[in-house]
Amino acid sequence: MYDTLIIGAGMSGLAAGIRLAYYDQRVCILEQHYSIGGLNSFYHLRGRDYDVGLHAVTNYVSPGTRRGPLARLLKQLRFRWDDFALAPQVGSRIAFPDVQLDFNNDIDLLRSEVAVNFPEERDNFERFLARLIGYDELDHQDFDVSTRQVLADVFTDPLLMEMLLCPVMMYGSARENDLEFGLFCILFRSIFLEGLGRPLAGVRLILRHLVRRFRSLGGELRLRSGVKQICADDGHAVGVVLDNGEEVSGRQILSSAGRVETMRLCGKPPTSVSAPAGKLSLVETVSTLNTPPDQIGCDRTMVFYNDSKQFSWACPSTLCDEHRGVICSPNNFRYDRAVPEGEGVIRVSTLANYDRWQGMSDEEYGLEKIRWYDRLVESAVRFVPDFRSQVIDTDMFTPKTIRRFTCHENGAVYGAPDKQPDGCTHLSNLFLCGADTGLVGIVGAINSGITMANRYCLNPGQK
Amino acid sequence: MNAAEIRTEILDILENIAPDEDLTDLKDEVAFREQLELDSMDFLDIVMELRKRHRVQIPEEDYEQLASMGSTVKYLEPILGAESA
Repeated sequence: MYDTLIIGAGMSGLAAGIRLAYYDQRVCILEQHYSIGGLNSFYHLRGRDYDVGLHAVTNYVSPGTRRGPLARLLKQLRFRWDDFALAPQVGSRIAFPDVQLDFNNDIDLLRSEVAVNFPEERDNFERFLARLIGYDELDHQDFDVSTRQVLADVFTDPLLMEMLLCPVMMYGSARENDLEFGLFCILFRSIFLEGLGRPLAGVRLILRHLVRRFRSLGGELRLRSGVKQICADDGHAVGVVLDNGEEVSGRQILSSAGRVETMRLCGKPPTSVSAPAGKLSLVETVSTLNTPPDQIGCDRTMVFYNDSKQFSWACPSTLCDEHRGVICSPNNFRYDRAVPEGEGVIRVSTLANYDRWQGMSDEEYGLEKIRWYDRLVESAVRFVPDFRSQVIDTDMFTPKTIRRFTCHENGAVYGAPDKQPDGCTHLSNLFLCGADTGLVGIVGAINSGITMANRYCLNPGQK
Repeated sequence: MNAAEIRTEILDILENIAPDEDLTDLKDEVAFREQLELDSMDFLDIVMELRKRHRVQIPEEDYEQLASMGSTVKYLEPILGAESA
């Protein structure tokens, strides 16, 4: 009998496990896959290391900062700032036709970019920043208000609204076309008022720290142990059944599988669930170059591009969205050591249609991956220098890959459109953590695991 | 444990919770919240660590006694006084 069973060894599950293991709980993390990380995973291909989910860690703050989500998670998990070794971004860009807004980890750059490109919006932008800084995320006031509505009340130029929505929605909106203003505030702060960073070794460094700490505290991690069913008795979860038929019992269960997915494990068919699964999934092309990207002018950390004046964020009817996406180079961070010489990576990510990718034969799937690699890179090089003649290796992942790693229905990369911030379910001792509790990004996911573990699974009043 | 030993123990807990902090100049009469920006989640950790290490049960209404090093030592002295360090 375990004190707590955790479903999923992603960022949130591992973080929750560490919190509980600190206080001598018997904890077991059950992971369906043969490796950890979930959406934020990593792999080795033809002699090179790649990350899956991570483009950049948001919420970057410099060492010694005591406030904010990154400082909170370091303290709660008892890591040093240096353990995560985050290097700040070089600088990123929001690119629309004829207008670009550059930004980095100092909000003054975005301020001056707005003042230069939208001089009449300068004061409005200041007022808007003040409102974002003052937003209390714990209060949930105005959380569900439409962001488009708020922006329309603040700004007069619709183009600036679209340009501000673009990176924020791309970074974490599970909803199409508009998002909750509360989530917008959290995301905007994490990207623009805090910032972007990345460890030189990528996401595997963070995962390695988490899993080592969990195990050193006596936590058990079981890979290839997918959960088939959550068993309940009289409104109370009693344990799980694994894919191989084994039964594991626990006093409480934390699930990072997602809201709809967790309900399905409880035997509730999707029609009985009032909240639908998410629809937004991604493809990503990975191009390995024979040169560091900045040598050929690709010197931005991330470029959020959109090829018309109107930004749209919706599941495309075609296999992929050719009109907008994110171009990211993991080389373009200010690492304190030199990146291994000579090569570089550029990743292009766009929205994709899960049903269409999923419905293909293996042969079609292989062909479409090649076809769409070319189309998406061709679309992206309208916004960065053409790097195609430098490409020496390529890879691509699709909504099918995301589905395989996360188990999210539809390969929904940011989970369900309706979040469950309190993590509660119909069972008194089954709680959600991870993407469907409304916190996004690596720092958000880790903090969601910490918060749920503290709130529901640690009870300081009891022995 | 005497007052000095309790202080050392609390320092050890703080070092664990906030490994990046330099605690050599910690002032006993200034609130942890002010010096280290500890929040309610961090105070929960101090309470839990004390419970884990010394089986001390601190009721929620007494959490405010843990505001600073001085008040924490004073609060814990009668409770941990009989325990050997």
